[in-house]
Amino acid sequence: MRLIFGSCFTLLLAAIIGLGATWLTLTHGVAFGALTIGAWTAWPRSGSVDIDPYARATIARSGELPIGTGDGVAFYARTDDSGQVFDGRCTFVLSGLTPAARFWTLTLYDPEGRLVANAIDRHGFTSAEIVRDAGGRFVINVGPRARPGNWLPSGGIERFVLVLRLYDTPIGIAAFTSKEGPMPAIVRKGCA
Amino acid sequence: MIRLPFWLLGALLLGGIVHLSTVLAMPQAATQDAYSRLAKITPVNALVPLAAPTVQNAVMPFMDPAFAVSVCRYDLSSGGLKFSSPVSQAYTSVTFYTRKSIAYYAINDRAAGRRTIELDLMTPEQHAQLPEQEDVTAADRLIIESPTATGLIVLRALAPEPGLMDMARRTLASARCRVEPVPR
Repeated sequence: MRLIFGSCFTLLLAAIIGLGATWLTLTHGVAFGALTIGAWTAWPRSGSVDIDPYARATIARSGELPIGTGDGVAFYARTDDSGQVFDGRCTFVLSGLTPAARFWTLTLYDPEGRLVANAIDRHGFTSAEIVRDAGGRFVINVGPRARPGNWLPSGGIERFVLVLRLYDTPIGIAAFTSKEGPMPAIVRKGCA
Repeated sequence: MIRLPFWLLGALLLGGIVHLSTVLAMPQAATQDAYSRLAKITPVNALVPLAAPTVQNAVMPFMDPAFAVSVCRYDLSSGGLKFSSPVSQAYTSVTFYTRKSIAYYAINDRAAGRRTIELDLMTPEQHAQLPEQEDVTAADRLIIESPTATGLIVLRALAPEPGLMDMARRTLASARCRVEPVPR
């Protein structure tokens, strides 16, 4: 009797542990070979045949197509530099430079990868349309309220994700360090 | 009661096996992966433009809205594929994905180095059957081997400003993707 009870308990617990771990890793986008610079993280290997099983499972589940290594590299940010999660009701300021690349785009998504509704129908910037200072630096305000300069509306949603995609970047991924790859700083500036 | 730690250890080991096998099985079991999504809206072996992602609707998650995108969902079982695309003014790239969304090859306009990107796609078997001298005389043809018989070619053209999106779309409209039956 105790054997049957023990077996059932073990099997049930195993199913919970196993499926729970799978669900957690796939919803949190766990993958090996992450490249983190400040608040930004990229998984360059996900754009090649060296993609690991976790990243494979994640993209199979989400339905996205990862950016190919010969095309570019995508950096994701879900928090600011101090680790505070992006909240659409707060204003976050991106500033600085980006690594050398022919073009880059910055796009704001909800956590499921959908674009976010807003009054001016803006979902991101490309490197060609951004307003910069004389030194090539730029400041982008990400928040719910209109700002002068580069304003990326967050639509006031609870959580959002920023994706910075670098296209045709000459920097070798292996030699990608914070010195060679200056990523924009992200700082929170007050909440509505 | 002394056996409880053993039951827990067993559960942990078994849970690990369940976890690893579900992760490995996910690409096979997925019904909403990129290929399945595109299979509903695109024909086989033809290049079709994808609708730009909007707030209400997007073919796939995390699409870059600054790009015009065309997709060729290919099936190489009846022969190799010829792909050609003009290069847009800003930035154009072609990425090849397997049936399971793995990007096995990507090239951009600068790497292609010409006004048009021209590629031949075939399975390793079809590549091996290619007459040898043809391989030499056509040295300027870039031949790509697809690890799977089916997959996706995704052509992307950047619109640096929203006003240039129409131009990017027009560039992609003259791109081609067609099967070339194997000569017997």
